[in-house]
Amino acid sequence: MIVSPVEDANEDQALPTGAPVNISRRRFLMASAGASAGAFVLGFGLPVGPARAQAPVVPGTRVPAFLEIRPDGLIRLQSPFVEGGQGVFTAMAQLVGEELDADPTTFVVENAATGPDFQVMPRGRRITGGSSSVRSSHLVMRRLGAIGRTMLLTAASQRLGVPVGELTTEPGFVVHAASGRKLGYGALAAQALDLPVPAPDSVTLKDKSKFRWIGKPVARIDVRAKSTGKAVYAIDAHVDGMLHAAVQHAPRLGLEPGTIRNEAAIKAMAGVHSVHVLPGAVAVVAERFWYARRAVEAAEVDWREPAETATIRYMPADFSTPAFAARLAATDGPGELAETAGDATHALETAATVVSATYQSQYLNHAQLEPPSTLARFNPDGTLDVWLPNQAPDIFAADIAQRTGLPLDKITLHSPMLGGFFGRHFKYNHGNPYPEAIALAKAVGRPVKLIWTREEEFLRDSLRPMAVVQFRAGLDANGLPLAIEAISACEGPGEGIANKRGEKLDGSAVEGLTGKQYAIPHRRIAQRFVKTPVTLGYWRSVGNSMNDFFYECFLDEIADKGGKDPYELRLHLLADNRRLSTLLKAVAEASGGWKAGPYLAADGSRRARGVAMASPFGTETAAIAEVSIVDGEVKVHDIWQAIDPGSIVNPAIVTAQVMSASALGLSQVLVEQAVYKDGMPVARNFDMYQVLRPDRMAAVHTRIVESGEKMGGIGEPGLPAVPPAVANAVSRLTGKRVRAMPLAGQTFTA
Amino acid sequence: MIKLKVNGAIRSVDAEGETPLLWVIRDNLGLTGTKYGCGIAQCGACSVMIDGVVTRSCVTPVESVVGKAITTIEAIEADPVGQRVVEAWVRHQVPQCGYCQSGQVMAATSLIKANARPSDDDINAAMTNLCRCGTYTTIRAAVHDLAGAKEHAA
Repeated sequence: MIVSPVEDANEDQALPTGAPVNISRRRFLMASAGASAGAFVLGFGLPVGPARAQAPVVPGTRVPAFLEIRPDGLIRLQSPFVEGGQGVFTAMAQLVGEELDADPTTFVVENAATGPDFQVMPRGRRITGGSSSVRSSHLVMRRLGAIGRTMLLTAASQRLGVPVGELTTEPGFVVHAASGRKLGYGALAAQALDLPVPAPDSVTLKDKSKFRWIGKPVARIDVRAKSTGKAVYAIDAHVDGMLHAAVQHAPRLGLEPGTIRNEAAIKAMAGVHSVHVLPGAVAVVAERFWYARRAVEAAEVDWREPAETATIRYMPADFSTPAFAARLAATDGPGELAETAGDATHALETAATVVSATYQSQYLNHAQLEPPSTLARFNPDGTLDVWLPNQAPDIFAADIAQRTGLPLDKITLHSPMLGGFFGRHFKYNHGNPYPEAIALAKAVGRPVKLIWTREEEFLRDSLRPMAVVQFRAGLDANGLPLAIEAISACEGPGEGIANKRGEKLDGSAVEGLTGKQYAIPHRRIAQRFVKTPVTLGYWRSVGNSMNDFFYECFLDEIADKGGKDPYELRLHLLADNRRLSTLLKAVAEASGGWKAGPYLAADGSRRARGVAMASPFGTETAAIAEVSIVDGEVKVHDIWQAIDPGSIVNPAIVTAQVMSASALGLSQVLVEQAVYKDGMPVARNFDMYQVLRPDRMAAVHTRIVESGEKMGGIGEPGLPAVPPAVANAVSRLTGKRVRAMPLAGQTFTA
Repeated sequence: MIKLKVNGAIRSVDAEGETPLLWVIRDNLGLTGTKYGCGIAQCGACSVMIDGVVTRSCVTPVESVVGKAITTIEAIEADPVGQRVVEAWVRHQVPQCGYCQSGQVMAATSLIKANARPSDDDINAAMTNLCRCGTYTTIRAAVHDLAGAKEHAA
């Protein structure tokens, strides 16, 4: 029996649906949203009438909300998911284009406005996270394309005076083969929009054998713009009459600004418009960002301790990460159950051999390269426009409505492309600049763009949690594991964001300790909740980012103790799991056959390999890493990774995402950590906060295995198996067991 | 007022001499293709070319580049080498989030201008900008491709 009393990661980001949508407002915005949008002659896709707008919206069905087809045939698609490097705009164009029968590489894709049309995920959710965009919506988005194609066929049937049954399509055209006539989609769009949208269940999706674009390495639609500086991010937003703002946050969360001792001098500095006191921060509004930044950094602020700290997330002056790690390691007790099978306690008592070890992870910054920003503009008609980086437009809009007292239909959220996210742009208490930007715009009566400097970003980022996990395993007389126990002392990201324990255990705290597929009959996975003052967030692959490191490294310790090869032990424990044993064999084959080493490479260096697996976000992965030691430092030469997401939309993007996730996994295991001392982060910029640099990148070789199982995620799953594969290789090479990340600061000899 | 030569045109800007070139480019001139990432010359997102040499504009006082030719990403395709770099970036599908790529393209253009056939060591020394998406391997492949295209060397 398996009991998993846990919640989904990101569950707290869910939002009730049913809020009315104002389509005409969206249309107005699209028509006035700037140069690129203004260049379009709107064809297909006029406002849905008020009568129909009152009916309950079935998300992902109202074609005019999603698609415009210009007279010249150019297609604009409103994407429910935001592009931040993961390639989702291209994937959405492929899905819709496949069924619409239109070349996805000719699409212009934008992040859609708020509203129920775009809440296409199950239960009416809309987030870009949890590696869920394509897997949650691929059938809905294909159906949308198919509905659009039906409307174009119907319009062509009327225009040509022939039955729909005599018409077919080729990319961008409706064709009447019998008469040799064909009509471009652009010429039909205006007529098609007058038609009622057919019932969603009236269309039939293509058989996959007929796919023209799905499953193909279609080129990304945003690559040229991103190679020529034309891609526009939130930080680039500009409106007439705009002022710029910079902030200085309290050095520790919970402190409030008292007197600004040199306020008069600050106000007198060049370019300064005004000085403001905000919750937990002081701000300078100026004519240019440089003036604002220079002035606010010169501000000498008396920060006051809060009167009471019970209800806020307060960072005490004596907090340090080494001391907190020691506190996590000192916890005891059974913890709260996350997953159990068999009777682990009894099996451990009666085992021939018991192995135990304690593992530790580090806090991590997101360190996306685009610092957070927000542009806010109150309009004369009482409406508010906000441009901000975000992974969940409706959630942010609802929060802005609550903060400003404005109804939702007076708030327009603009969600530009993200300069990286990795989980950074969810709504985090204290972690987003929009409340400050909105307050400043209101105070000065002009539009204000606030940018958080890198230093302020590293001060207020929401971090990947630190955890200490105590493992025990019981081995039988043959050295095979019968029982495993893992107790994680940590606060999960979901608990951290909520700033309280939920009724159920936070699944994002323990995922990767739970959900493992190895046939170990007695299992007990638990959490000891230890609240941290550090603000927590979702970081690429969330709990899996550290928990698979813990588990897969400890599994190698089990193998060592039982006298087994780590690859052979995994194969043995997966003997009844065809999908995962196939995947494990695939990665071994990709690497030229499994060999643990150590051995001498052709260049004379002594090397070893490690293997690890993970089951994140509905996808299965297996990785092998090859390492050597150069000048006491770990060098990762190659990473082979086999990934089985069930089925895929774009193999080139899958390969790119596995490489990207592998880089972040390498960064985590090799160099990265957020250290606190005296209640403050030691690193406030990239000089002190190390991320993977080009010279530490490994060659990543990806093999995609399509098992045909239910589609899984792509953006995050390439990460979790990499740190343990590297650590296991290092342990093999050095004979010294790696039990903590990062490796930087630990000394190694081959 | 300070007179600057930006992308071949003379532009007058109202800024103090110590202002970092980055913010003059972005806020005074509205050329937002050049990015702010760190402000301390660590990440390279702000890279532009000054007289054809890649320079981190976030720590470059604007007064220090008066009279010099400033090239930003907006004019990269007007440069024959820059155009080749952009085509290589597209061919290799380099960008992911894209935020660092203006600076990466600048660094690669400057490298190829100085050395049409860079060695691995030359590439290591020149291509040091950070990319949080981890496109390093693809960047390297694109630069190798450019370096190997002898017949196209500018």
